[in-house]
Amino acid sequence: MTWTKKILRVNLETGTCTAEPLNLEWARQFLGQRGLATKYLVEETDPKVGPLEPGNKLIFATGPLTGTSASTGGRYSVITKGPLTGAIACSNSGGYFGAELKFAGWDMVIFEGRAPSPVYLHIENGEARLLDASHLWGKTCWETEETIKHHHQDPQLRVASIGRAGENLVLFAGIVNDLHRAAGRSGVGAVMGSKNLKAVAVRGTLTDAYAPAEPEAFFKAVADAKAVLAGNGVTGQGLPTYGTQVLMNIINEVGALPTRNHQDVQFEGARAISGEAMHEPRPTDGKPNLISHNACFGCTIACGRVSKMDPGHFSVKDKPLYHGASGGVEYEAAWALGAANGVSDLEALTYVNFLCNEDGFDPITLGATIGAAMELYELGVLTQEETGLELKWGSAEALVKLGEWTAQGIGFGKVIGQGSRVMCAAYGRPDLSMSVKGQEFPAYDGRGLQGMALEYATSNRGACHVRGYMVSPEVLGIPVKMDPGATEGKAPMLKAFQDLTAVVDSAGICLFTTFAWSAPDIQSMIQPALGGDWSLDSLLLLGERVWNLERRYNLAAGLTAKDDTLPPRLLTEPAKTGPQKGRVADLGKMLPEYYEVRGWSPEGVPTPDTVTRLGL
Amino acid sequence: MQKSLKIDANLCTGCLQCEMACAFEHHRTFTIARSRIKVFSFEKEGRKVPYTCTQCDEAWCLHACPVEAIVKDARTGAKKVLEEVCVGCKVCTIACPFGTVNYVAATGKVQKCDLCSGDPACARACPTGAITYVDADWTGLGKMRQWAGKTDTNPAAV
Repeated sequence: MTWTKKILRVNLETGTCTAEPLNLEWARQFLGQRGLATKYLVEETDPKVGPLEPGNKLIFATGPLTGTSASTGGRYSVITKGPLTGAIACSNSGGYFGAELKFAGWDMVIFEGRAPSPVYLHIENGEARLLDASHLWGKTCWETEETIKHHHQDPQLRVASIGRAGENLVLFAGIVNDLHRAAGRSGVGAVMGSKNLKAVAVRGTLTDAYAPAEPEAFFKAVADAKAVLAGNGVTGQGLPTYGTQVLMNIINEVGALPTRNHQDVQFEGARAISGEAMHEPRPTDGKPNLISHNACFGCTIACGRVSKMDPGHFSVKDKPLYHGASGGVEYEAAWALGAANGVSDLEALTYVNFLCNEDGFDPITLGATIGAAMELYELGVLTQEETGLELKWGSAEALVKLGEWTAQGIGFGKVIGQGSRVMCAAYGRPDLSMSVKGQEFPAYDGRGLQGMALEYATSNRGACHVRGYMVSPEVLGIPVKMDPGATEGKAPMLKAFQDLTAVVDSAGICLFTTFAWSAPDIQSMIQPALGGDWSLDSLLLLGERVWNLERRYNLAAGLTAKDDTLPPRLLTEPAKTGPQKGRVADLGKMLPEYYEVRGWSPEGVPTPDTVTRLGL
Repeated sequence: MQKSLKIDANLCTGCLQCEMACAFEHHRTFTIARSRIKVFSFEKEGRKVPYTCTQCDEAWCLHACPVEAIVKDARTGAKKVLEEVCVGCKVCTIACPFGTVNYVAATGKVQKCDLCSGDPACARACPTGAITYVDADWTGLGKMRQWAGKTDTNPAAV
């Protein structure tokens, strides 16, 4: 089977690394990665623990398809209690790191406690050691990766690290691997920082750690599934050409592009920051922003953007570090750094996106928090004296400065680094934080897309687009076209999306495959990878089990149905323009039905029947 | 007809399906450390470049081997390592100007691309056509065609 059947437990307090067998019983119930690691977290930690306290654990977890030739089979997730939300945090990343962990013979790494001084974990197959990282503390993710590779004289090491944001406990710090890939959301990097853990460096050369249970059936299923991706318009053409940025103009047109802290639902500057614009020659130097696209491990879609900035742009003038190729903006980042604060300078967005990769923090929460700060400034609640900047809507200069200050942990960047919920509460306007459970919305407005409103309100990790992507049915017509303004039918469809997503995130593959793949495609690979009986029904039930496991963790952590809501702006201020003009997010209509469809009480608690049915 | 691996780095996305396919073909593992083809990332330039043995006609590795463990496959043109003969002296790894023959500590032998007996797994696995297996005499055909398309064949019509 495609498990190494080994997990690595690292006690940061005592500095010990121990191998233990993977709990295969749990793997049967929760598959891997997101589901399985959540099970470990639930069993091993107190849900009331402070996310940045040593009692919290940090788990790096792969799935059964990670490190196989299944398309996109290179994913890993970081699971912990999140400091931004106080809820379960599970942040998923691509690149090459996850597969390397499997090659080294580990399905999962669990970090416990807090190191007395900065350390990093070096894994070479079965040998794992904690090494002193005091010389790395204060370095960026990019410098850290380079320094570690140089020190070990091994350019083939794969490194996941935190930058200064994680060290400074920025509540939306991420973990960056392979320079431009990140477990980006919910602040998993801050938890890593709180543990004095700077990086994980891994090299795997084992040849017998794992193999598909039924090789022939596995390779056949993998080849068939790759053909499905290649033949699909989204995964075969749209994503390789434009990346997720293919969405910017589309979402603007349907009136669901949140603009200036969700005051508007359409952005006049959308075209200028779109995927199409990235291809076009810049007026300044005649070169396009986008120079190529790349893939994560095993991925046959290749949506990753590679950008090169105009070296004459004000943000990078005389800073050669940013003149080379680097990770370009994806849709969510372009929206958050752009439309959310009214900035339409693509080069400025690209630069701040580079900073997010360099020092490890989430561009979605960063951009959304800057948007909230701009609104506070425009309202006169924040002053130039306090911020040190003129925070006017659309100011690329302010965006760039706040990005730099957040990375460095200085000035008003320290306030931004706490996210919009803390910031808006501190300035007496908690209503202006465009977040759910403390995590900021991504790039779709819940007034324009009712299903997304319900998705945001119910997502286990706070507002999020990758827990049940209702944009698929509401905009793209996948698997069926649903009216974005309607509330009917959204609850059961969302449940189906959430459950399937939980399977995908537990399997080691990328969610983007589901633009083309449906559940049977995924089942057809998991079955021969693991062997035994993995029926389609059992997998979908597993997804539901994972969802309820997370829900119960959140309830035990102290969250309630009251947290399944949206900011008042979404519920009371109608969309001003676009096809959904006049609408608010009609959560009241959808939420009770959702609880019912889920088998939860009106208080949002899984009923005893549901718990029994799911084997929890 | 002899064939040759043809690599068009412009089409490479860095997915490493080729490395996995190579490792699996020869070692029944996904662990890319065992691959004989490697994809290099030139981060600052945003380029990914697959690289492996070009099967030199007068192969340095073959001539350097003191025990004649590297032989030419007459059909495919590949220079193959005879594992049962190789003594792991690594002289070939020093002789090869391109670095494409390498020692494998686990087996005590060297390994290099052998064109999978005429059906290279890397080319089969490549999703973008960056690696293809084409007529060895005509690896330039695609580029010729490109330039041919730019040739003005009917100036009078302009």
